[in-house]
Amino acid sequence: MISSPKADRNELTLLDVRGLKKHFPVRSGFLKREVGAVRAVDGVSFRIANGQTMGLVGESGCGKTTVARCILRAVDPTSGEVFFRMRNGDTVDIVAMPARQLRSIRRDVQMVFQNPFTSLNPRMTVMDIVGEPLLVNGMRDRKARADRVAELLRLVGLRTEYMRRFPHAFSGGQRQRIGIARALALHPRLLVADEPVSALDVSVQAQILNLTKELQERLRLTVLFVSHDLSVIRHVCDHVAVMYLGRIVEYAATDELFRAPRHPYTAALLSAVPDPDPRSRGRIVVTEGEVPSPADPPPGCHFHPRCPHAVARCRTETPMPWPPDTGRLVACHRAGDLKLEGIE
Amino acid sequence: MEGLKVFFELDEGLVRAVDGVSFSVDQGGVVALVGESGCGKTVTVRAMLHLLDPPGRIVEGRVLFRGDGVGGVEDLAGLDPDGPRMRKVRGGEISLIFQEPMASFSPVHTVGSQIGEAIRLHRDMTQREARAETVRLLSAVGVPQPGQRIDEYPYQFSGGMLQRAMIAMALSCRPRILIADEPTTALDVTTQAQILALLRRLQKETGMAVIFITHNLGVVAEMADAVVVMYLGAVVEKGPVKAVYHEPRHPYTQALLKSIPPIRGGGRQRLATIAGSIPHPLMRPSGCPFHPRCPRFMPGTCDAHEPATASIASDHEVSCFLYGDEHRT
Repeated sequence: MISSPKADRNELTLLDVRGLKKHFPVRSGFLKREVGAVRAVDGVSFRIANGQTMGLVGESGCGKTTVARCILRAVDPTSGEVFFRMRNGDTVDIVAMPARQLRSIRRDVQMVFQNPFTSLNPRMTVMDIVGEPLLVNGMRDRKARADRVAELLRLVGLRTEYMRRFPHAFSGGQRQRIGIARALALHPRLLVADEPVSALDVSVQAQILNLTKELQERLRLTVLFVSHDLSVIRHVCDHVAVMYLGRIVEYAATDELFRAPRHPYTAALLSAVPDPDPRSRGRIVVTEGEVPSPADPPPGCHFHPRCPHAVARCRTETPMPWPPDTGRLVACHRAGDLKLEGIE
Repeated sequence: MEGLKVFFELDEGLVRAVDGVSFSVDQGGVVALVGESGCGKTVTVRAMLHLLDPPGRIVEGRVLFRGDGVGGVEDLAGLDPDGPRMRKVRGGEISLIFQEPMASFSPVHTVGSQIGEAIRLHRDMTQREARAETVRLLSAVGVPQPGQRIDEYPYQFSGGMLQRAMIAMALSCRPRILIADEPTTALDVTTQAQILALLRRLQKETGMAVIFITHNLGVVAEMADAVVVMYLGAVVEKGPVKAVYHEPRHPYTQALLKSIPPIRGGGRQRLATIAGSIPHPLMRPSGCPFHPRCPRFMPGTCDAHEPATASIASDHEVSCFLYGDEHRT
């Protein structure tokens, strides 16, 4: 095992991501020469304490899914470190691990996917889908496996009689429960949930959100929750990191972030959400412009072309994250003197 | 819209996609059709324009429309789907914008030529005039450098820009009704805010009526005057937005509103949920379609008959046996 002296000594930290970068090469021309890079993730750092839920929020193309995939080594990061505290207390860097050692990590770090219609193999029964991680990790006895699958299905609120059925026999919400059961099969400690409810109808979404919370408390899971939906993030997360074009622009405890955002982009996101209350009609503040391409991001602060508070310095100098108060980080030159509107 | 019924006769059985839907929209009004997947909101408006995919067909009901000029009220449901009058209404007097702007434009023609084609189909203009009009429209919906972008292809537009172009095309013939089918669902939240603001401004400027289809209750609260809540092909409740949001009467509306995680307030209490899931369209429950999931289910009543519409106030109606024991025959 690779233990690093640099790793966080704090025993409460389960996951410690430092300077994570993932650049995808852009190739062009006959010889497919590299002509540039899409900086999908461009220096992302955060920590998640044991038993906490951290939300990663941002608009499409901001790199939130790529961060999640890097943590699982579903894609190999370009640089950076992802320290993970193992069950025995050792801290390992997932990025530096040789591929064949990854299986030991994958028991502990599991993923729930966005689309329950494409993430389950239609030719496998529920028993085989949920039982596969058990089989791969050495549970050869079919009876024992069936018992564990039944236990998992009960845990996520599905009836065990359904074990022999195929995914098509289930509704979207039920399929997402199957996906969660599969993720929980090996008693993981970190669950990475990538937009787990955005393909579901609201009445079903509420069921899955309640289930996620229940399971997290019961199994004392640590969760990285990736979503573009701010109301969902506020509901499930203890801390939130807001991403824009590959960088984290603000990190804070959830309620603080919503009540008093310090980064203009966070404020822009919050003011753009339509509130399901006709009395607050007209509250929406429109932020002009569009998210630029991550292949050609603006210099300085990536948000400056759309930022109503931008000054000359924002156009040239990249703001470094700094703590305006404890437990918060914000990457904005003007965070010290801005008063931004939040949502109570 | 009066008692519209649209059925799909499939090999597996009959799907009653829209089963007796009535609502109206006034000139200059904004009505939202709300519901979860399979509730029939999209089929309802597609039926209005005779855009149903086979085997779907209008079985019953009337679509009364006060068109341009002196024609008075006509029933669109009775018109020949391919006849000259319907072709004039479709895209001309009633136009439609879709959820996926990428899928609604032809990828091999320029954006400008597609908008120009729509203009020349419904308005008497030369090619040159249509082009000038297209530039004007693109500029009105906030596409920067419209003189250049008119000759670009859809892939060169971002999702938000293409949705703006789609709106320009829909408005090119000055429709009396604009139907917006989930126009912001595929967009990011900051882009969504831009498009909603744009739609609101254009609606005020032109005085057209808008039928907004969405599953996002926040968007409804932001945009609509009146709301029609649908479940499995039936209208369960309709009324002014404020009344329906603050005093929802139907158990489905009540549950739906409670199941959204609130953006305000720090509380992390359990969300109210609706038991079970939306039934398969072929397995539509008897009686009130919501009864198997309803917390106030009354055995012998709700599963035996379909509730008739009961009036709460002059413009607030609900279809539920809690508010009246009459049933539909």
